[in-house]
Amino acid sequence: MLDQIEDHARRAAPAVDQWAVRGVVECSDELTVRHRVVQAPIRRRDAGAMVTVVDRGGMGYAATSDTSEAGLRHAFGEAAALARAVADHAVFDARLLPRVSARGRYDSAVEQPVAARGLRERLALLAEADTALLSDARIVDSMARLHTVDTEQLFITGDGARVAQHWSITMPHLQATARLGSVVQTRSAAGQYGGHCQQGGMEVLERTGFHHDGARIAHEAIELASAAPCPSGEMDLILMPDQMMLQIHESIGHPLELDRILGDERSMAGTSFVTLDMFGSYRYGSDLLNVIHAPQQAGELAGFAYDDEGMAAETAHIIRGGLLLRPLGGALSLMRAQAQRADIEGVATTRACSWNRPPIDRMSNLNVEAGSSRLSEMIESIELGVLMRTNQSWSIDDSRNKFQFGCEHGQMIRHGRLAEVVRNPNYRGISATFWRSLTRVGDADTFEVMGTPHCGKGDPSQVIRVGHASPACQFSHVAVFGGAA
Amino acid sequence: MTAGSTPLTQSACFDALAERVCTPARSSDGRPLRVSLYLAAEASQFVRFNHARVRQALRVVQGDLTLSVAALADDGGGRRIETTRSLIGDLDADVEALLQDRAQLIADLALIPDDPHLLLPDAVTSSHRHDSGELPSADHLVRTVASAAHGLDLVGHCASGAVVRAFADNRGQRHWHHVETFHFEWCLVAAGDKSVKCVYAGTHWDDGAFSQHIAEGARQLPLLARRPRKLAPGAYRAYFTPTAMSALLGVTAWGGFGAKARRTGTSSLSKLERGEAHLHPGLSIAEDASRGAAPAFTPDGALRPARISLIENGRATGTLNSARSAREYGIESNGADAQEYPVALTLAPGTLPTRDVLSALGTGVYVSDLWYLNYSDRAECRFTGMTRFACFWVEGGQLAEPLDVMRFDDSFLRMFGEGLIALTDQPELILAGRVMRERPLGSMWTPGALVEGWQLTL
Repeated sequence: MLDQIEDHARRAAPAVDQWAVRGVVECSDELTVRHRVVQAPIRRRDAGAMVTVVDRGGMGYAATSDTSEAGLRHAFGEAAALARAVADHAVFDARLLPRVSARGRYDSAVEQPVAARGLRERLALLAEADTALLSDARIVDSMARLHTVDTEQLFITGDGARVAQHWSITMPHLQATARLGSVVQTRSAAGQYGGHCQQGGMEVLERTGFHHDGARIAHEAIELASAAPCPSGEMDLILMPDQMMLQIHESIGHPLELDRILGDERSMAGTSFVTLDMFGSYRYGSDLLNVIHAPQQAGELAGFAYDDEGMAAETAHIIRGGLLLRPLGGALSLMRAQAQRADIEGVATTRACSWNRPPIDRMSNLNVEAGSSRLSEMIESIELGVLMRTNQSWSIDDSRNKFQFGCEHGQMIRHGRLAEVVRNPNYRGISATFWRSLTRVGDADTFEVMGTPHCGKGDPSQVIRVGHASPACQFSHVAVFGGAA
Repeated sequence: MTAGSTPLTQSACFDALAERVCTPARSSDGRPLRVSLYLAAEASQFVRFNHARVRQALRVVQGDLTLSVAALADDGGGRRIETTRSLIGDLDADVEALLQDRAQLIADLALIPDDPHLLLPDAVTSSHRHDSGELPSADHLVRTVASAAHGLDLVGHCASGAVVRAFADNRGQRHWHHVETFHFEWCLVAAGDKSVKCVYAGTHWDDGAFSQHIAEGARQLPLLARRPRKLAPGAYRAYFTPTAMSALLGVTAWGGFGAKARRTGTSSLSKLERGEAHLHPGLSIAEDASRGAAPAFTPDGALRPARISLIENGRATGTLNSARSAREYGIESNGADAQEYPVALTLAPGTLPTRDVLSALGTGVYVSDLWYLNYSDRAECRFTGMTRFACFWVEGGQLAEPLDVMRFDDSFLRMFGEGLIALTDQPELILAGRVMRERPLGSMWTPGALVEGWQLTL
């Protein structure tokens, strides 16, 4: 489809101020073994194109799965009609949008292509992993899953842009549920929604320890089911990378989305406690906090060379030394924001979840940089605290400020040493002050690349893939509790 | 005003596709195969607004067709494999691609082991629903909003158009579900996070009704402009509107009612099932597919029963049983999807007159909307979340001040057990508004609720 779409688009394009076509072909394959039973394999081929037209000051979009010349011509007509319909009533004057002529290519680094492994081989791999999860009779449910995605995208504009990008994504997942009496606990490899999702092929399974993780997960599920609930109180907290990813996501990433700051999301995904005047002067966290937009981080889920508006992607500090520097916003939002404050800078991070949705400001790879503390030093520094792993519950307010998060696994720290395991560990805080309680940042040995396939935002909602990499981090005086608030 | 027309949302096109793809087939070892198609298609218009002006205007035509091939064993179970592809809308091209998919699926079926829990419907059933609507064009919508919301900070989103679900198989099953709807959800913002949330949804757009919704929302803005009250953490008497109730019920729906979750012990309502907890005797919850816009059939082609009792007079009575769970646990399937998630949850009304809720509340919290709910202790059906939009402090039966947002953490079993004072007498239909890959067809039917001792924490 993509090999013909450029010719079709250039022939079908109308005489308008600007136009763009973004064609997407995404093929995915989901294999699951649940409790010794192979589930029906699920495949998907999602293909189509988003046509964008800027004309007479308005902007319109039309999405179609018919990418023939006639199909694109029809979509161009619909997008142009929408552009004209909204021109006098639009939030922004589309005539001021920068013209896009970028040309480039991106390919995920793949060492072991998934396609080289047959269906039988992959199912056998999952069956083996599932068997490891079922090593104890107290495990009442188990699941081993391998979800692989291959996405090709071609973005072209009437101004000569041509950006071809090809992503290969592998998302392994393991989880086990243990039951002891009436206590039931589920433990997973990296969160029940798939934190071990990365760009790459079958080597992702090796990078994330998939082949040998089943026994640990089963053991920890049983350990949790026999553990006491997490105690309540104000104490020090160490968050490991598979919880840090959620902490970054909800209380740094979302509040810094520029379109949210500009008010676009107030009816659904919410607003932000961050305002345009805070960039360059607001202390977001302690001086140990360094956050980067990292589209080139190896293997991370949301790496790319250009965003979906054709803006070139570069690594940039979002927060440096605790100081808030720039929002997460691409060309269109920057144009709107700079009308209010000329010195605002953004990053290339405007993306769409597929061909059928227009791009909006998203997190991409949003990471906390490693610091200098060894994990052992962090633990030894704590008289009473808890170390939490693996997100299982998340909730944050409309402005991305008051949050409450829960983890699968907690372990008490007493007198500088790791002590008993506790179940159902939760903590709560306020974004605007929480990051200022960051007292230690783990070194490179604690740094892990994580991600989520399920970041939701937008009207209509778009569920998109986001990467987060982080070291372990230590926070002081955090409100911690178990099941009972 | 029109819903637009595309081959992907026309029954004749789907029937023609089914005739050519759902033909007799055999596996490589000679077993007869069941070949089925499930279509999720739409021709939609999405218009986003910010500051009562257009942020994005979009037309989408899409049709996701799931092709399944199954070999059923004589003694139960069998093998199944499926693929979903985007249809183009060109019959010949789509059939050619689907027949290639079908051949590949049949070949791959030999590579997978038998699935003892596979269960497909035995009955050959058919259904047909085609509801037409009168929907606003983009041009009309934009001009109407500009006029009705002039001077207001309106932010929101209007989704409209035709939505189709259809099923066919090579045993002659045919199900067709076509509705034309609009769903406009917006906020009128007073300042910051203080706003009035409004929804206008239906099948026949009316400018006058829309303007009336805008005007009703605008009348609440002066109240939101008052100095907000900051509440201290603690227990509060609270009234939850039907919208807020739909959020609370929505969390219980997340694994609470499914048969698999109950059997593995991960259900948030397991304590209720075991008799270790009881809800208020006035609380009765059912899955009632006869209401709302959901199709009468599942993606496997099974007909949904009209009503499934889940909680009756405070006690657990039933679960949502997918075909897979039915086979795995030896129970009856009752038309639930594979995820065992309700599509038309219904909470029976009570006796508190809706007009009397403020006086019945007396002093406490009026909760119009809740946000970002999630479990904090699933086994106790305990969850957290935030107040959102126009929530008020009530004194002497009068709305006094808007609230600064507050976090709650409380058990559904407590709130709607010992904590429940009354349910209102007028339930409301809350249509699912959040568009994901597809425009949703789910709904809830719920009254408001007056609850004592609601736990606010932050």
